[in-house]
Formats: sequence, C-alpha cells, structure tokens
Amino acid sequence: MMRVTLDINGREHAAEVDPRMLLVEFVRRCAGLTGTHVGCDTSQCGACTVHLDGIAVKSCTVFAAQAEGHAVTTIEGVSPDDGLSPLQAAFKEHHALQCGFCTPGMIMSALDMIRRGAATDEQAVRAGLEGNLCRCTGYQNIVAAILAGAAAMAEG
Amino acid sequence: MHPYRYHRPGSLAEAEEVLAGDGDPRPLAGGMSLIPVMKHRLAAPSDLVDLAAIGGLTGITVEPATLGIRAMTRHAAVAASPSVRERIPALAALAGGIGDPLVRNRGTIGGSLANNDPAACYPSAVLALDAEIVTAGRRIPADNFFLGLFETALEPGELIVEVRFPVPAAASYRKFPNPASRFSVVGVFVARLADGAVRVAVTGAGPCVFRVKAFERALAASFAPGALADLSVAADGLTSDIHGSAAYRAHLIGVLAEDAVADCA
Repeated sequence: MMRVTLDINGREHAAEVDPRMLLVEFVRRCAGLTGTHVGCDTSQCGACTVHLDGIAVKSCTVFAAQAEGHAVTTIEGVSPDDGLSPLQAAFKEHHALQCGFCTPGMIMSALDMIRRGAATDEQAVRAGLEGNLCRCTGYQNIVAAILAGAAAMAEG
Repeated sequence: MHPYRYHRPGSLAEAEEVLAGDGDPRPLAGGMSLIPVMKHRLAAPSDLVDLAAIGGLTGITVEPATLGIRAMTRHAAVAASPSVRERIPALAALAGGIGDPLVRNRGTIGGSLANNDPAACYPSAVLALDAEIVTAGRRIPADNFFLGLFETALEPGELIVEVRFPVPAAASYRKFPNPASRFSVVGVFVARLADGAVRVAVTGAGPCVFRVKAFERALAASFAPGALADLSVAADGLTSDIHGSAAYRAHLIGVLAEDAVADCA
C-alpha cells in the first residue's frame, strides 16, 4: 500500500491505495466523483477521459500514483455549480447523447480539443474524437454539439 | 494485474539503481502499452520505475543537420512541434497518426522504441531515417537496435534518453491502419537522406521492423514510384492474422512504398 494525494478539481484527496489502483478508480472510489465512467477498462472507449494538467487522458490507463503532483480535472470540475457550461449546453441543445454513458468522456476530450484550437471543422472534430466511442448516436450530433460549443466558448 | 512496487525517482542514476535491483523491475514511460499488458497479466513486473519525474527527458532540440527528440517526449508534442513539422514533416505526421489523441497525450517516443511492438509506427521512422538511439552510456545506430519481436539492443535497465534523427532530403510515411487500434497493418517509411542514400523501412508486416533493400537499390537509381513497378516483396515470413494474410501484407508493402515515394516527389 502507498499513500497517494491527488489534486482533483482543486481539492486535495488523500488515500492509502494499492499501487495497482488506476486513476479512474481513485477518482470514483476515493474521491467519490462518479461522473467519470469506466467503459472498457482497456484504453479503447474514452469514457474515463479526465484532464491531467489540462491535457485529456484515459484515466483507466494511468496509475493513481502517476497523477500525484499533477492537477486532475474531471467532468465535475468543468460543470458550474448550477446550470451547464456552454459545451454541456450545446450537447443538450443538439441532442448529442442518448444513453449518456460516453458523454463525460466526450465533453472532456472536446474541451481539450477546443482549447487547443483543434475543433475547427467537422473533419477535425471527428479526428479529435478517435479515442472516444459512442454506441448510440452515430456521432453526428456529438460533432454538431462540439462545433456549436466551440463557437459559444469563442464568444465567451 | 499482479502486485508491483511503484517508484518515482528524480534522476537517471536513481532510476538505474532501482532497475538494477532484484526481481523484474521495468521502466514506465507513458504506459500506453505497458499498463494494458499488465492488466492482461502478459507482463508482471516486480517494480515499476516511473520516469516522469526525471528532469531533462522531454523536449526537441534542433541542430543544423539533426533533430534530437528526448525520450519522454509525448507523441502529441512531436506531432505539434513546429521544428519537426518544418524539418521532418513525415515524422510529425507519423506521430500524429499513432493511436488516438488521448493515447498521443501520454505515449512517448522512448517507450514506443523500447517496446518495439511489431506494428508500432516509430520504429519504421527510426530505421528509415538512420536515426541514433542515445542511452546513458552509448549511441546505438538504428540498424543495430531492433532485434526481433519486442526485442531491442537495450540491456536490462538501460534507458533511452534521446533519439537523434538526421534531417533527410525527403521522407514520407504511409500506413494501412487497423481501423480500431490504428496500429499499422502495414506501414512503410521511405526516406531519401541528405547524402542521397535511400532507405525503406516496413512495420506491421512481420515480427520486427525491417528494410527492403531491393526497393532501396531501385530507388537509389531512380527515385520515382515507377522504379518499384517490377519489384515485389516475398510473403514468406510475413505476418498472417485476422487483419490480413502474408500475401496481402506483401502486396500492401509495394503499394504503400509507391505512395510514399510519390509523396516525396
């Protein structure tokens, strides 16, 4: 066992964990933040996407211990206390989710994409989503929502 | 996953000390291959030595005829680097096509090369560009580095610190990606070096990256796609699996090599 202290959404969370504990398990079990989902647990689906120092990563393929000393941001950390962020509002407006399981990962990937200035057109957004799988929507409305969210965020 | 001990040394010397210890210690770079294989119990290291806190292992340096990429540089950083895009655009494009954006945000060039996955992209660039693998103690030419399936010239505990790429006159990488993983079913890297030498390296098609000397000789005589028209690669020894037969892969090598040469022109 080892003591791991993580900065998640600006709050410190400390726990005694097995070195095998994955970041996604720490986020869900130790910090109680269950917005981050475990879809495949094999680096395929991206439902577990969080930000490490602002960069989108698959938290099922990072050990919790590796995240020590870095800022972890989860879906809870990008949602305002009441209402929705512009990107979340765009997902709602464009009906970009059906079952919703992949949505937190989609939002976290899309935010990274938008902040890097990479969400420029449909093709770029589709390429940017290669690490996130959705089994319901066929992606059409997700892509539309990300483009609309990017425009809304650019307007500030 | 089997239990292991986690270490995060602050220096190369400390890392090498743990890696020289008893048991089966392994270095951990980006973890994009190692963590999944540990989950599948295909690897069961006694200790993981996380290289992330060691200073000086990331970044790209530009010299007149060489690009140096430090071992812990992420694929996303190589893909986005203005220096790489300007001087070896084929290398930036290759890095930008590995896995998916989330994998590229974690995976490192040193980790990819040390792992030497038979379908990884980077080994083909290193071999075709005649790059040098720099470790703490020596420099290993690309031709001597890749030994076989997941096997390299690295000694146990020997860490890559940098990869030095000579800037070529022209280069291009073409791959037929597995649509799910984006590993190469076949990938072909063609480079015309500054001294005029032509090197063609193939990944994905066999147990280890390899050069196609017959293509290189033909392209040295005439660097045009047509130079390969009468040549083919034998299917013997190539990989056959659910993604493609050996004969299909042999055919793809010719097609992708021609595409890459056309792209260089």
